[in-house]
Amino acid sequence: MQAVLATLALEKPASNGYVFAASALLPTILVVQPGTTMKSAVLVFPGINRERDMARALKLASGQEAAMVWHADTALPKGTDLVVVPGGFSYGDYLRCGAIAARAPVMDAVRKFAAGGGLVLGVCNGFQILCEAGLLPGVLMRNARLKFVCKDVHLRVERSDTPFTRGYNAGQVIRVPVAHGEGNYEADEETVKRLEDEGRVLYRYCSAEGIVDEESNINGAAQSIAGIVNEGGNVLGMMPHPENHVEDIMGCTDGRGLFAGLAAHLEKAA
Amino acid sequence: MKARVTVTLKSGILDPQGKAIEGALKSLGVDGVASVRQGKVFDIELSGSDKAKAEAALKDAADKLLANTVIENYAIEVKA
Repeated sequence: MQAVLATLALEKPASNGYVFAASALLPTILVVQPGTTMKSAVLVFPGINRERDMARALKLASGQEAAMVWHADTALPKGTDLVVVPGGFSYGDYLRCGAIAARAPVMDAVRKFAAGGGLVLGVCNGFQILCEAGLLPGVLMRNARLKFVCKDVHLRVERSDTPFTRGYNAGQVIRVPVAHGEGNYEADEETVKRLEDEGRVLYRYCSAEGIVDEESNINGAAQSIAGIVNEGGNVLGMMPHPENHVEDIMGCTDGRGLFAGLAAHLEKAA
Repeated sequence: MKARVTVTLKSGILDPQGKAIEGALKSLGVDGVASVRQGKVFDIELSGSDKAKAEAALKDAADKLLANTVIENYAIEVKA
C-alpha cells in the first residue's frame, strides 16, 4: 500500500484535493477533501450481502455517501457517475449465478447508463450479474476444483491507465480476498483472444511474487482472469473483493487503490 | 398444455459437476459409465392450445432466461 500512496501522491499532487488523514477514526485512509463529486449508486438485489461493505469503501475513497438503489427501480439517481453491482447471492444463486438479477428492472437503466459511457463496477456476484446481463462477455462457471474458495489471493494489476486501475502501478501485485464457488471465467477462444489483444484483462490471479501460474489460478479461470472490462473500457467485472481490504482493521488496505483511482478519475472528469 | 425445456452444456465446455458425479458413480460401482454431463430440466405448463405459439414462447423463455446460450444448448418439447 505504501507504493500505492506514493504513486498517487506523485501523479496527483496536492492540487487534486487528496490528503492523507491521520486521525484516530480514519488511520492513514485516503480522504478526499470537500468538493469531490463522485456520485455512486450501489444496486441492491434480494440475497446480495456485500452492499454495505461496498458503500463504506466508496465513502472512504470519495467522502460521499453512496445511494442504495433497489432492484425494482427503473431509474438511477440523477447525476450518478458510478454504478456498483456488489457481491452476495442474489436470488440464492437460483437458475445460474446472477441470472435472475440480470433481468431485474434496474438493469435496463444500468445498460443505458453503460451505453452512454458511465462507469460500472461489478464485484463477485456483481461480475456474474454483468455477464448475465450481456454487459460483459463470457460466463463465470463452477470453480474447476469444485470448492468454494474463501481466502486472500494475489492479483497482478495488468495496466494502470484505466479508471479502474489508475490507483495502482502496472504490474503491481495486490492482496485481496475472494469468496466464491463460481468464479471460473470462461469465454470462447475468440473472445478470450480479443480480451488479451485489446488489453481488457485488468486483474489476473498470481503468486505473491506476481507470477501467473496454474497454482495461483484459484478457480481455473481462462488465462487466470480475475477482472475484465468491456469494449468501451467503462464496465469492469472482477471476482475478488477489493472493498474488503480498505481499512487497517481489515489487516490489509490493498483494495483502496481501486476506489481512490475511481474517485480521482471522476474528480478529473467533473 | 405441458412442455419440457432441457438445458445442457455445449460440448467442449468443462463440466466439473458432471465429472464429480461421474466419479461418484464409478466409486459406487455402477458399471459401464463412460462419462456424465449434467444439465437442467424445466417442466412448464402453458395456457392456450396453439402448439406453434407455445413453441415460440418457450424459445423466447429459453433465449431470455432459461439458458445462457454462451455455454448452454436447449431443446424444447411440447406435449399435446
